[in-house]
Amino acid sequence: MKVRVHLFALYRERLGCGQVEVELPAVASVEALLQSLVETYPSLARLVPNTMVAVNQEYAGRSDALHEGDEVALIPPVSGGRL
Amino acid sequence: MSNARGPALSREVKVVVQTLTLRPEQVKRYSRHIIMPQVGSKGQRKLMEAKVLIVGAGGLGSPSAVYLALAGVGTIGIVDFDRVDLSNLQRQILHHNDDVGQPKVVSAQEAIHQYNPDVQVRTHETRLTSENAIEIVSQYDLVVNGADNFPARYLVNDVCYLLGKPLVDGSILLFDGQATVFLPGKGCYRCLFPTPPPPGAVPSCAEAGVLGALTGLVGSIQATEALKLILGIGQSLASRLLLVDALNMEFRTVRLRRNPKCPLCGDTPTVKELIDYEAFCGLKPVEA
Repeated sequence: MKVRVHLFALYRERLGCGQVEVELPAVASVEALLQSLVETYPSLARLVPNTMVAVNQEYAGRSDALHEGDEVALIPPVSGGRL
Repeated sequence: MSNARGPALSREVKVVVQTLTLRPEQVKRYSRHIIMPQVGSKGQRKLMEAKVLIVGAGGLGSPSAVYLALAGVGTIGIVDFDRVDLSNLQRQILHHNDDVGQPKVVSAQEAIHQYNPDVQVRTHETRLTSENAIEIVSQYDLVVNGADNFPARYLVNDVCYLLGKPLVDGSILLFDGQATVFLPGKGCYRCLFPTPPPPGAVPSCAEAGVLGALTGLVGSIQATEALKLILGIGQSLASRLLLVDALNMEFRTVRLRRNPKCPLCGDTPTVKELIDYEAFCGLKPVEA
């Protein structure tokens, strides 16, 4: 199945685009999508564990199932200043 | 703290309107508010009796403070330990050229009084810490978060939940902004981001940059939400996260929910008091 992934903040910076389409097995969870993204884009490895995921504009857990045509948003934390 | 386990659920800020009457010049000053049925004279008096704490007199705290002051919010607290730096002036509208080197709370107080001398400004020239946060935050009805680092973000989240204070949260980086409202018991920052990113994984504004005008956009959204909560009008950003992509000028909202497993506001909480947030965020070794 295909899902569309919307990228925010650092994700957009790292991948250089606002969205990507990802092909997944017919049965796949949010976690499987994240793993697939890290395999394709290793620079995301450090970001993914602390990222909030929304599916179809709604907060989603890592084990939630994805469905064909789902719109997924990857939302990294943003601190607003210096550390 | 009324009840560490279950803070009072507040759908709006409870501001008691005393028999305060508006002076003629206040009727004129706030006439564009008072004419709206959603505000009116009673709403304006609510604003004038409200006490709002702004954490950080920086990029987000500046526009929030200015609009809350202009709106006539009676008491504005500012907590910030920093001094004005030339690099702040690209976005922090509370501070001016002559303020470089001044404590930010002093500069902020002067600016607010220039905008509206009616506002009582309480300055807290200190870093907000686990030791002083309860004492400071408990003086206010509502908190606007303009914190610029993750330890402070988690600290502000936790203290607001534990004290039952509504929190208007905002954050920015590069061309991206996020804003939401956390009402105690309806989800919190830890529900969205249970664990902080490891140090260095998310660059800061100093490292990556931020568009100055974006801070005005997000800070103004925070001020709007704070005013709505005080007035008890409209639909707040509670249970929604607003995502601002200024580069493409797209606004999206994502529906949020309280995480029953949240260590702070979940069904079996493990965080029942303030902790060491620097250690939590991996910025110093956890004490044994």
